[in-house]
Amino acid sequence: MAKETGSISWKDLELGCTITEPGSSAKLKTGDWRSAYPVTDVDVCIKCGQCYIFCPDMVYSRNEEGYYEQDYYFCKGCAICVRECPVDAIKMFQEGD
Amino acid sequence: MARRVGMEVSIAASEVVAMADVDVIPAYPITPQTHIVEHLAELVASGHLDAEFVTVESEHSAMSTCVGASAAGARVFTSTSSQGYALMSEICYIASSMRLPIVMAVANRALSAPINIWNDHGDLMMSRDTGWIQTVAENGQEVLDLLLHAFRVAEDQRVMLPFIVNLDGFILSHMIEPMMMPDPDEVKKYLPPYQPKLRLDPQNPVSMGPVGMPDVYTEAKKAHDEALKASKPVILEAWKEFAELFGRTYHPVETYRTEDADTILITMGSISETAMTAVDAMRQAGKKVGLVRIRLWRPFPAEELLAAVKHARALAVVDRVVALSGGCGPVCCEVKAAFYDRKFYPYIQNYIAGLGGRDVTVQVFEEMADQLTASLQGGEPMGYEIINVRE
Repeated sequence: MAKETGSISWKDLELGCTITEPGSSAKLKTGDWRSAYPVTDVDVCIKCGQCYIFCPDMVYSRNEEGYYEQDYYFCKGCAICVRECPVDAIKMFQEGD
Repeated sequence: MARRVGMEVSIAASEVVAMADVDVIPAYPITPQTHIVEHLAELVASGHLDAEFVTVESEHSAMSTCVGASAAGARVFTSTSSQGYALMSEICYIASSMRLPIVMAVANRALSAPINIWNDHGDLMMSRDTGWIQTVAENGQEVLDLLLHAFRVAEDQRVMLPFIVNLDGFILSHMIEPMMMPDPDEVKKYLPPYQPKLRLDPQNPVSMGPVGMPDVYTEAKKAHDEALKASKPVILEAWKEFAELFGRTYHPVETYRTEDADTILITMGSISETAMTAVDAMRQAGKKVGLVRIRLWRPFPAEELLAAVKHARALAVVDRVVALSGGCGPVCCEVKAAFYDRKFYPYIQNYIAGLGGRDVTVQVFEEMADQLTASLQGGEPMGYEIINVRE
């Protein structure tokens, strides 16, 4: 659920836990599940956008130079981007290393 | 004007549901079903009722369609029984947790195996904890009245919970009875158009039925539990207004000749009428026996029950399902829980009767009361006993 549900009283839940704010899933931090994070080597990247297309969590967005940047707030560390990158520009790094 | 009719209870029930002007009726019309949805299908097909009759492929889909239609803001009704009820029970939990005021008539029947389509409370108790409001009818008139009451309470913005009216399969559902058919204008007065609190609306988008992780699931269940408990004043208020409009009065717990009773039978559903006859016979024989009938099953009316039996020395609680190898049947569990930790409580025995369509006769009730009186004079306490069984 979108709100910071961990701090909400049962009295303040919407009827049937309905989410009344459209698009609020953008606030849901899914990035704290991950154990590894992807980093793109821009010297290798060909700006093809495959990482952006395949990412299931909308982590990637195109910057002004045309490269695709990660928003780690959403990244679960699934490494699909690493697998799909045709030039092996993306590598996973362990969290905490 | 209300008119007196002689009609099969299922047919009369669907006439009343039609008067309630339902919008959507999703149902799976195969055995075990009743004439309730069959007649509603006829009413829709013949143009007498302007509603969507959705013929789904299973009861699981029937309740799923109820959920969708109710979420879209429709007044929704369906009906089921035993195996079909078991199949839809997964979605029954979802309907109540999402606080959708669906109304359902359940013609109570046994669960297989052995395959048995006859009346008992196996299906009712299987879905005891789905979080719906539940009432239990004793006769045809009550089915009609409780159905109208169900729509009124379920859709009340202080409640917003689905509602089941239980009626004994065959004993009520397929019986032709004399009933007062309410006047459609009076029904309109009692039942204003449904005003959803939240609904699926492209102009005002919401998401219903989201994930609730461990950080909120407990709060969600607490909110549901409190909502169910808080529905009781509205249930009572709606019965009071029903009495003013239609002249018939209902209570969460009904009593019969209990004022000076030493021994009280506790029943639920249509066997209560036979139990009244049994009480009359035992009273004539000089036995101080009374009867308490539970009408409101969820939220369970513990206070009213305690008030109704407070002077009794012994209670015979009748269950119509076996809680296989458990402490006692589900009705008796509630009764015993209501008494636990109190200074004084009566001697309580639990009888399992009327399984899979077996008749519960006046003699069976007399046997219960006599056994109870005998065990009061030094018998062994017992958990439960399946009565009227061949050894």
